[in-house]
Amino acid sequence: MTLITVQDLSVSYGANTVLRRVGLTVQRNEIVTIVGPNGSGKTSLLKAIIGAVRPSSGTVTRAAGLRIGYVPQRLHIDPTLPMTVGRFMRLTNRVSREACHEALASAGVTNLLVRQMSQLSGGQFQRVLLARALLQRPDILLLDEATQGLDQSGSAAFYRQIEAVREATGCAVLMISHELHVVMSASDRVICLNGHVCCEGTPAVVASAPEYRALFGTGTGGALALYRHEHDHDHHSDTDHAHSHEAAE
Amino acid sequence: MLDDFMVRASLAGIGVALAAAPLGCFVVWRRMAYFGDATAHAAVLGVALALTFEMSIFVGTLAVALVMALTVTLLSRRGFAMDTLLGVLAHSALAFGLVAVSFLSGIRLDLMAYLFGDILAVSRGDLVVIWTGAAAVVTLLSWRWSALLTATLNEELAYASRIDPKREQLILTLALAITVAVAIKVVGVLLIAAMLIIPAASARSLARTPESMAVIAAVIGGLSAVAGLRSAFVFDTPAGPTIVCFAALCFVVFSVLGWIRRSMA
Repeated sequence: MTLITVQDLSVSYGANTVLRRVGLTVQRNEIVTIVGPNGSGKTSLLKAIIGAVRPSSGTVTRAAGLRIGYVPQRLHIDPTLPMTVGRFMRLTNRVSREACHEALASAGVTNLLVRQMSQLSGGQFQRVLLARALLQRPDILLLDEATQGLDQSGSAAFYRQIEAVREATGCAVLMISHELHVVMSASDRVICLNGHVCCEGTPAVVASAPEYRALFGTGTGGALALYRHEHDHDHHSDTDHAHSHEAAE
Repeated sequence: MLDDFMVRASLAGIGVALAAAPLGCFVVWRRMAYFGDATAHAAVLGVALALTFEMSIFVGTLAVALVMALTVTLLSRRGFAMDTLLGVLAHSALAFGLVAVSFLSGIRLDLMAYLFGDILAVSRGDLVVIWTGAAAVVTLLSWRWSALLTATLNEELAYASRIDPKREQLILTLALAITVAVAIKVVGVLLIAAMLIIPAASARSLARTPESMAVIAAVIGGLSAVAGLRSAFVFDTPAGPTIVCFAALCFVVFSVLGWIRRSMA
């Protein structure tokens, strides 16, 4: 079943076009990762999918009644706003204390309910954001650079958690990363974005190549895989993104 | 009981405090303090218009406050620098209002009553207006509470939960205009922003959740109103400013207590 269909999507801010005729679909139970360098329009694409940005042309279609669990890139809580973890978990849903505990546990953190959000470490904060998204019992999880600020083993553990959540709940996952070279091995598909969809494919094929496997990070349990593509096709565009790919690699 | 002007004044003060507390929390969280000021200052223009066209003061101030708040909201979305924009609008509205009032030569107008409030002259009719307005604000905010809170925290989080942050902003704008219109009699246009911000800011150091902050702010605002009125009566000081002085004292005391508690921990 198709959860999200993006067709011919273009997004502009004033005269600046950040997305050009982008198309993608996300199916139930699928993990799709979007990679691309800074300024490639990844966040704009996600914002268009949740309806926070209006497309200048093209369409975004969500399945009827689609429940979205959104984990933002970063969440600034104004110091004047008191907010315990427990209250934050119940921000948009009425849920029981047990459900809160359960969601926090499945996101990998416990005993935080009465803590103020401002007292959490970066890793705890991201996991609480994930737990809150899980509480919505989402059909699809949208993660915007969710491992930003985590070290390599921290983000590896975070990605394993995402995989476990998918196994347990069957929800789809659409996530973005600016790290061109670090893509979760569990991704069913990787989409490379740079203003438009450069290419897409399974990371498994790429990751099985020995020269790439040799580059796996140590101690990450195989959760981090390498994805790379060759620029053997013409982009018909005047941007310098081919260059920036190489710089990121 | 309502025959006693002090009882009527206290009820008026408590009514305004109840509406101002939860709204003031949002004003503080969203850093809209100056926005509240601009809306309140514009109310003088509303008074002048109401007197010119022989409308009720409440309707006049409500309309002008609403227009002002909407103007600021629309302009800010177009990317104007907010502090400059609000500085221009707030003081221009006040100046135009004061000039407009001076043209009303036919009417004996006590300008001070609108600038600093005239809480001791609150009538039964005023009480009905104040409590209806306060009830409307509290109902509006509790109905939209969780959506408002989500939109305040993060716009994308709101969109993902099918909440439109722009609509929530309009609801706050409407609540602000109503509060300004009912508070003008109690504290006057110059001190309305104080009734919004000071109780909420005082409550911050005591609160652990958004809801407790709103409740504590309401208690602080209500107590300041009652204590301020008493003192104004005893020491023969202007009532509105005395109420704000008590709220300010609460802010100092609670901030110091909070600071001590944090440095002990």
